[in-house]
Order: sequence, then structure tokens, then C-alpha cells
Amino acid sequence: MPEPLLEVKNLRTEFPTREGVVHAVNGISYTVMPGEAVGIVGESGCGKSISALSVLNLVPVPGRIVGGEVLFEGQDLLKYSDDEIRKVRGNDISMIFQDPMTSLNPVLSILRQMTEPLVIHKGMDMAAAERRSVEMMEMVEIPFARTRIREYPHNFSGGMRQRVMIAMMLACEPKLVICDEPTTALDVTIQAQILDLLNRLRQDLGMAVIMITHDLGIVAGLCDRINVMYAGYIVEKAGTEELFANPRHPYTLGLLRSIPRVDQSIRQKLVPIEGFPPDLTRVGDSCPFQPRCVYAVERSEEENPPLTLVGEEHWVACWVNVYEGKEQSDG
Amino acid sequence: MAETSIAELAGTLTRKEGWGEVLLDVKDLQVYFPIRRGLIFERTLGHVHAVDGISFNVKRGETLGLVGESGCGKTTTGRAVLQLQKPTGGHVFYEGKDLVTLDPNELRRYRRDLQIIFQDPFASLDPRMTVGAIIAEPLEIHHLLTPKEREEKVRELLRIVGLNPYFVNRYPHEFSGGQRQRIGVARALILDPEFIVCDEPISALDVSIQAQLINLLEELQDQLGLTYLFIAHDLAVVRHISTRVAVMYVGKIVELADRADLYDLPLHPYTKALLSAVPVPDPTVEKRRSRIIMQGDVPNPANPPSGCRFHTRCPFAKPECSEAEPPLEEVQPSHYVACFFWKEIAERVAPPLSVN
Ligand SMILES: Nc1ncnc2c1ncn2[C@@H]1O[C@H](COP(=O)(O)OP(=O)(O)OP(=O)(O)O)[C@@H](O)[C@H]1O
Ligand SMILES: Nc1ncnc2c1ncn2[C@@H]1O[C@H](COP(=O)(O)OP(=O)(O)OP(=O)(O)O)[C@@H](O)[C@H]1O
Ligand code: SF4
Ligand SMILES: [Mg+2]
Ligand SMILES: [Mg+2]
Repeated sequence: MPEPLLEVKNLRTEFPTREGVVHAVNGISYTVMPGEAVGIVGESGCGKSISALSVLNLVPVPGRIVGGEVLFEGQDLLKYSDDEIRKVRGNDISMIFQDPMTSLNPVLSILRQMTEPLVIHKGMDMAAAERRSVEMMEMVEIPFARTRIREYPHNFSGGMRQRVMIAMMLACEPKLVICDEPTTALDVTIQAQILDLLNRLRQDLGMAVIMITHDLGIVAGLCDRINVMYAGYIVEKAGTEELFANPRHPYTLGLLRSIPRVDQSIRQKLVPIEGFPPDLTRVGDSCPFQPRCVYAVERSEEENPPLTLVGEEHWVACWVNVYEGKEQSDG
Repeated sequence: MAETSIAELAGTLTRKEGWGEVLLDVKDLQVYFPIRRGLIFERTLGHVHAVDGISFNVKRGETLGLVGESGCGKTTTGRAVLQLQKPTGGHVFYEGKDLVTLDPNELRRYRRDLQIIFQDPFASLDPRMTVGAIIAEPLEIHHLLTPKEREEKVRELLRIVGLNPYFVNRYPHEFSGGQRQRIGVARALILDPEFIVCDEPISALDVSIQAQLINLLEELQDQLGLTYLFIAHDLAVVRHISTRVAVMYVGKIVELADRADLYDLPLHPYTKALLSAVPVPDPTVEKRRSRIIMQGDVPNPANPPSGCRFHTRCPFAKPECSEAEPPLEEVQPSHYVACFFWKEIAERVAPPLSVN
């Protein structure tokens, strides 16, 4: 059994606000093996981004990590000093955001932004750093990379900027790339280009990927394993094929039933998840999905179900076996 | 969803008859936006060809889906149809009358019949107005009903869209995105319209609540006989809700067909590429699909490519594609395509959603 690359254990992050404490991440645990792609899915506000930022100790103020461990190659990143963690970020672990402009500096040329970390972190001289940068730009298929690398971010389209971001991150050969909705702002044909690129790079270079998205289609195509989040909890995790073939959490099931698919016969009616997304300032003892859950039992209101093993590497946090529970309540 | 059966509220909203007749006939619609530069003397440097000569019709009781990538002209088309944006050229016949030629006074009468639901439920509702005032505003603009009757009607509409009538005096910020979008639907319905442009009505909503709104729109259509122009970039949602679908690319319609034909046997290379790019939430399908990965970016509508606008990205382009523009032709019954080589491409390439 190889050692996990990343091991997140019982991670908790909160935001004290005037309206109360926002419980953004409520004790989540997962692992990422070297070269593996792990998906994190869930709707807006469920804690996907904050959980990823917590891994890199980048939680925005007033947020704070209040518990847990983040073991990267066995070392707890949460115990690192600012200097130590800065060396990890952009070196061993890189992050790609939805809006590439948040991580590109608009007043510096791409060349300058790409070579700087290579000179600083990898100790390359300028000529070598430039050669490597151009290589990376070619790898992500930026045409005329040698000349275009001297241009500024605003000269590139949204899809190209995202590819430039990927090139920058690749230059340092990270072991893990965290992608936070990298294609949400892009058109579907450009999204296909980026996902295809990420997939090839993963296979060729063996990097591990954490893919954060609300699109179940994206994780289905890219990921080996999936964590489904709801209200700051991981409510279900399983291998990709198992999760889609055998969804066990009522929320996962609800998501799959509520979205139309282009490849299936047209259904008469979609089955929506009723109710509204949860308020994270209010966490009680009950199951966080209980107010919207059609399978809820009395116990769901009294006790938050823990993640339980229900199949091979398949974990679910629910008091009900939805396949049997349904029959019971029908009778 | 709508808890009171909508039919029970027949006094408020009426059922539209004449299913299948042409309600709206758009001919050669053009919208160009000037590109201006200069501080003191503004010069027009050129034009964005946002909508560049498109024709289509919408039949009573149907949903015409309009898809295409960002900036291809979907919103501009919807706005020009409603005369919220003055077209540069072309005609919009509504029940036989050309809306483009009407003066503002005549147009007012038609405004009641033609409504719009906007994409952004956060930006489209005035934050200083109560929900009741927002929904009643169209009645006020058209000087309809007494204040008392208006209030009653607002309550009924809140019920119809699945919100508690108790909410009339609240403000938009007290509602979630999905609830705000329902408020937008209630406002669009209050004048008892025939036709609604739905401009990305679910894009800003969470996946878990998109289905609620889709079902509501479908239910309203079933019960009231409404006609929709449904604009969206989510191809699966458009397939679900539409009767027919038009695909736009850089200001042009490149394909238009019944939804089953369009999705099962798309003929235009762009439609094929678009469908093949959609991720499917099923790993077994994803593994076996072959994708057409298009290179390059969407062209700038200020400077559209010559000839077929898709030739810069089309995997099947030949030299003649950059010289002449392929017309939108009916190549099979009710199936329109604008591509010189659709036939030989169809013979060579498997449909994008088939798995091998
Ligand atoms: N600076 C902040 N102050 C207070 N609450 C915050 C702050 N940042 C995030 N939160 C809250 O933390 C929760 C988790 O946010 P997060 O950004 O991780 O969601 P997400 O799953 O990434 O959503 P999305 O899909 O919209 O990106 C949300 O409920 C959010 O309101
Ligand atoms: N008022 C305006 N002035 C100048 N250009 C405009 C104006 N409105 C739209 N455009 C341009 O016209 C083109 C079509 O825009 P439109 O908003 O119709 O696209 P869309 O298909 O709705 O895109 P999206 O999917 O992003 O909403 C774009 O290039 C846009 O920049
Ligand atoms: S006309 Fe030519 S360039 Fe245009 S879609 Fe057809 S083959 Fe491609
Ligand atoms: Mg996020
Ligand atoms: Mg638009």
C-alpha cells in the first residue's frame, strides 16, 4: 500500500460573523494518493473552496481553522510556519482558481510571472527559467508561445488565461494541483479543452488533482474518487463508478435525479430537491440534510449520522438505507 | 410547486388558445452596436455584429430553446424581439404585426403580451422595493386595477409561483436566489402575457434548486398555454424544456430543429462539437465517449470571420468555407442547417452522443 500524498483529518474551519459563527467546514476527512484525481462536489456555499483553502492554510479573515490535521507526505501543514508553508504553495502544491485574474498580476508580463518562482524556488538562471516557461506554454498549446509569453494577462482570452495559469503551475512540477471550479466561467467548448488538458497532464506527469466543482459531469469524466459535500460535511464518498452506480446519500441521489442529461431519453418531469440550501450559522444535532430530505426518519432530527462504511471504500452519512428505507415508508 | 392549481385562478390568468400557430415570426433580424472611441469627438470605429440577420419563428404553446456560447447574441436576440433593443434591421411579426415599425404608443399595447425573465435574480429586482411593489409595478405602469385589486392579484401570483403570500412586504435581500427568481416569474406573469423570453433563468441558481424552477415554468406553460423563448447555455436543460432548439454562433443561427433531431442527429459541425463537449454525469458514458476538442477561441463579433463564421475552428473546413457564407437551409423536414458540407460530414462522423 503506497503512502497517501495528502491526508486531511477532521478538518474544521469557522467564520465568526455578526450573524453568528458560520460553520463552513465541519470535520471533514479524506485522502489523496499520489497521481490520483479526487473530486469535491456540492452546491454553492457548502464549503468546497474553504476546505481547499484550509489545506494550504489560506483561509481568508475572519476565518480560522479550529481543528484537524492536513498531512502532506506525512507532515502536518497546519503546523508549518508562514515561511515553510509558502515554500509548499506553488511548489509541491499548486492551486488554480475559477477566475485566473485573481492569481495573475495584471501589470507584469506572463514571462516575468512564470520565471520568478523558477528562479526563486528552483534556483534556475534566467535563461533556463525562460526556456522552461516557453516549454510549458507550448505544452498547454498557447500558439506563438515564444513571443506571446512577453505579453500581459489582459491580452489573452479567458480560456487562454486559464491555460496560462496551468502552464505557470506546471512549471514548478507540483505533486498536487487543487483546481477550484477552473472552468465554471468558461464556455463549454473551452471547458472541454481545459479538462482534456488537465487529464493529459495528469496521465503524462503523474500529478494528483483535487477537482472542486458543482458539475457532476466534470467529476464523472476526470476523477477516480468523489467526496460529496453538504453544509460543511462530507456526506458521501466513494469511487467514481461506485458513486454513480450506487448513490446512497439522499442528497447525492437527489442531485442525480434533479439534473437532466443530454444522453438520456427525455424525462417527463425532473424531481427537484425541495426546500432551500442550509444556513451554516445554525448547526444543531440533527442531520444537516434533514429539513430537505424525503427519507428522513425520527433519528435524523435527533442525531447527525456519522460517515459509515457501506461498501468497498464507499462511505455514507445517513441513518437510512435509501433503497430499503423507501420500501419501508411505502408500506 | 404552485400549490393552488393554476386553473383555479382562471380569473387572474387566462389560458391561451391556438396551440401550434405561428405567434412570432422573426425575419432577418440584425442588431449592430457601434464601437466608439475618442474623448471629445466620438468616432465610430466599427460595429459589433451582435445579431447578424437571423430568421426563426415561435409557435403558440411551444418553447424555442436558444443556445450558443457567451457573446454569440442570445440576449441581444431576446431583447430585440421584445423591442427592448432597437434592431438595426429586420422584422419581428407578432400575430402578424411588425413590432419594429410600431410607434411607442402602439407598442405599449403589445408590451403586456410580451414579457421577460432575467438571468440574475440579484441584479434584476430593485432592492428598495418590497416584493409586492416589484410584482405590481407592471400593473401600475399600465394603469390597471385599483390598489386593492392589485394587492389581491399579487398575493395570488405569489401563490402561483410557490411563495407564501405572507411575503408581500418583504425586500428582495430577504430571499434566496431561487425565491428571487420566482418573484421575477410572478412579475412577468402579472399582465397575463402570451409570450415570455426566459434569459438564462436558472444559470444563477444552485443545481439543487434549478429543477424547482424548470418544473414551475413547465407547469405554467401546460396550464396557461404560454409560449417561451428559452435562452440558456446548459444544453441538457434546453433539451429538457424545449420543443425546438436554435443554435447560434457569432450572431448567426447555424442550426434549428426539433429537439430530438437536434440532439440525436445534429448536422452542423458546431452543434456536434458543442454537444460532444458537454460533460455527462455518468463515468461509464464519459469513458467510452469520443470527444471533438475544438481548437481556438470564439471569434470576436466586432470582426467576424469571412464566409462561414465557424471556419476558423471547424474540423471539416475547406477553402471555400472562408469565401462564401452558407445559408440556413431546410435540409430535412423542419431541420435547418447552415453548412456547405453537412451531408458528407453526416456520412463520415458518428453522432456526438453515441458511445462506441
Ligand atoms: N469571509 C467570509 N466570511 C463569512 N463567511 C464566509 C466567508 N467566506 C466563506 N464564508 C462562508 O463559508 C461557507 C463555505 O464557503 P465556500 O466558499 O467554501 O463555499 P463553496 O462550496 O466553495 O461555494 P461556491 O460553489 O459558491 O464556490 C459559505 O456558507 C460562506 O458563506
Ligand atoms: N449595449 C451593447 N453595446 C455594445 N456591445 C454589446 C452591447 N450588448 C451586447 N454587446 C455585444 O454583443 C455581443 C452579443 O452579446 P449578448 O449579450 O447578446 O450575448 P449572449 O449570447 O447573451 O452571451 P452570454 O451567454 O454571455 O449572456 C457580445 O459581443 C457583446 O459584447
Ligand atoms: S461551411 Fe465549412 S467551415 Fe462552415 S461548418 Fe460547414 S464545413 Fe465547417
Ligand atoms: Mg467555491
Ligand atoms: Mg446573455
